[in-house]
Amino acid sequence: MSIYPPEDRIWWSKPVEKTEVLWVTIAFIWGLIMFFMMPYWHLTGDQNLSNEAYKITADKYAEKTEAFAKKYQVRVEGDNDVPVVKPPAGSDVYMLARLWDWWPILELEKGKSYRLHLSSLDYQHGFSLQPENINLQVHPNYDMVVTITPTSSGEFGIICNEFCGSGHHTMVGKMYVKDSK
Amino acid sequence: MTSPYRICPDTGFKVDLAGEKLIKWNAVTSIVFLAIGGLLGFLVALTRWPEIHLLGADDFYMVLTAHGIVILLVWLIYFEMALLYFASSILLNVRLALPKLAWLGYWLMTIGALLTVVIVLQGESNVMFTSYVPMQADPLFYIGIIVFAVGALCGCAVFFATLVIAKAEKTYEGSIPLVTFGAMTAAIIAVFTIASGAVILIPTFLWSVGLIAYIDPLMYKVIWWAMGHSSQQINVAAHIAVWYAIAAILFGAKPLSEKVSRFAFLMYILFLQLASAHHLLVEPGLSSEWKIVNTSYLLYLAVMASMIHGLTVPGAIEAAQRKKGYTNGLFEWLRKAPWGNPVFSGMFISLVLFGVLGGITGVIMGQEQVNIIVHNTLYVPGHFHGTVAAGTTLAFMAITYWLVPVLFRRELILPGWAKWQPYFFGLGVAGISLAMMGAGTLGISRRHWDITYADAAIKFDHPALAHLMMGINGVFATIATIGGVMFVVVIVGSLLWGKNRDEVPAAAAPEPPVADVPSAMTAHGSAGVANVSGTFTLALIFLAVFVLYFFVNWKFLASTWGLS
Repeated sequence: MSIYPPEDRIWWSKPVEKTEVLWVTIAFIWGLIMFFMMPYWHLTGDQNLSNEAYKITADKYAEKTEAFAKKYQVRVEGDNDVPVVKPPAGSDVYMLARLWDWWPILELEKGKSYRLHLSSLDYQHGFSLQPENINLQVHPNYDMVVTITPTSSGEFGIICNEFCGSGHHTMVGKMYVKDSK
Repeated sequence: MTSPYRICPDTGFKVDLAGEKLIKWNAVTSIVFLAIGGLLGFLVALTRWPEIHLLGADDFYMVLTAHGIVILLVWLIYFEMALLYFASSILLNVRLALPKLAWLGYWLMTIGALLTVVIVLQGESNVMFTSYVPMQADPLFYIGIIVFAVGALCGCAVFFATLVIAKAEKTYEGSIPLVTFGAMTAAIIAVFTIASGAVILIPTFLWSVGLIAYIDPLMYKVIWWAMGHSSQQINVAAHIAVWYAIAAILFGAKPLSEKVSRFAFLMYILFLQLASAHHLLVEPGLSSEWKIVNTSYLLYLAVMASMIHGLTVPGAIEAAQRKKGYTNGLFEWLRKAPWGNPVFSGMFISLVLFGVLGGITGVIMGQEQVNIIVHNTLYVPGHFHGTVAAGTTLAFMAITYWLVPVLFRRELILPGWAKWQPYFFGLGVAGISLAMMGAGTLGISRRHWDITYADAAIKFDHPALAHLMMGINGVFATIATIGGVMFVVVIVGSLLWGKNRDEVPAAAAPEPPVADVPSAMTAHGSAGVANVSGTFTLALIFLAVFVLYFFVNWKFLASTWGLS
């Protein structure tokens, strides 16, 4: 009984029941399958993070993002005149997170790839692209690069899903994806 | 050396009175914090229920911070201290070592917990349980957690010292019981957890008072989660020890194989702490190789360990039941189990829900790439309410129904409530868990006050189904709260007003809900019995669900945008 010392003092030499051996074997093999699924997806799947990241200061990142927005701005939107930025396919695209918005608004083309940079100017934020439900953690002082290829078009929301203070629930951004001509 | 003790009339254990008192104080304190933390959780659920939206934003974030700390740290660690003292002193028939140190630990934990909770409730430290830098809390917030952890470390030291005394004084023969082995696993993981906590929270405290200029946010998370996730592995080891204890107490069940069960606990010690990586799968600056090795606990050996316990605990019960003559078909042993006894029903519901809701989802969302569609959504709390609320909390509730009559010598008041309580609580937390996972799959964020984004400059709407899920979550949270209140009323009421069982004439005394206890003293068990076909069938069904749901999630992932 489990609340008493084992009756057989030499319990470690007792043979294990067949059912248990079978189950341990199944569990081990299933573990291996789950394990190898991850490297397998790196080789064959279309959804992998790049691991590309750089150290950067908040000022430097803000500067880069502003330069990017200025270069490719096509219009402004909303009360705060948020720039809508339409970068060429394949280019480096910058988005910054800060208390409490995602800036700027991006306009991308479906089926084209972009090197999306993400960093925060203050606290940690959670980049959550909806309704696709793509979620990335955004840190201050780290510039994360992910190559994204939109496979659906329309208007997407970017909400913050890392708690970032009293205005956390007002932190919403936007991304447009247009069908390729 | 002797110290005052009594012989337990139910179990025959020699109960060290100093140790018993510590067990009582830690257990009662834990239940007080469970009551507080549970009600805070109810406020969270009512606020996230779109039609009710009870609290204002700042209050919500404050209450959520307090809920996380009170439940995930305070309630569980207090109860685990009681379990450690029980599994060492009582199960080994030995006096508890260093009772003064144990009391010091108790008071440090109490001071630390109260300090942090009071600071949080003042509203200036809404940083969530995780307190990710560079968000900063009041310095006393960190001090409180550090003091609490030092107290818990004292408790671990008392546990290990008690093992040493029992060994030296030969109060048991051969190896320590499996339950004590499980408790030791929990204690070892606790030491690792507390050490990790010290490594990150002490510098964070120094940073909060201005003595350190900068804490790297990524480094903070790597080390913080070595505490944050490992502390939940203490719970897993502890509640699995409780499962084994209840199987032994109620059924006289012996583990199918001591070797396999102990090996499985050993796997926890070796690999569970790697789970820090589960929280870092979509962070910048960490390599995929690092993520894959760590998130998988090195080839999923710790998952294998949990799957082993998932088979051997019910398997041991099945073997014991079959030996008693419940041999018809695959499941007579289970049908004829004491479903009206909350010790059993609580334990078994805990086992099923932990495996299916907590276990499967935890492994799958911890897959490196699948985490992209899960990270920081409500799916995550959905998962850990399956592990912590349905798994650990319900298991601890179940053993409390046994501890009160046996250790506290009190009859349970309201036995009808006690009988139904595990079902209410189990249903409630299962519903919470599923509703949150549903909402998370639909993109709803965790730790979020307003999913309508009414005050945001840019508008966004979630699908109506997601809002419905939050309403369902609220309904089940209400059921779980009723279950929690029933538990607290029965236990606290029994401690205050329950008949003292030693004063009731034995013949006249109604049987406690643990009537089977004396039979635990016989040599019933599974030795030589190989038939656990019912349990194996259940295990295969579990595996089928696991495999299916695993690939469903990869399919989900495959349908989203390309990322590289």
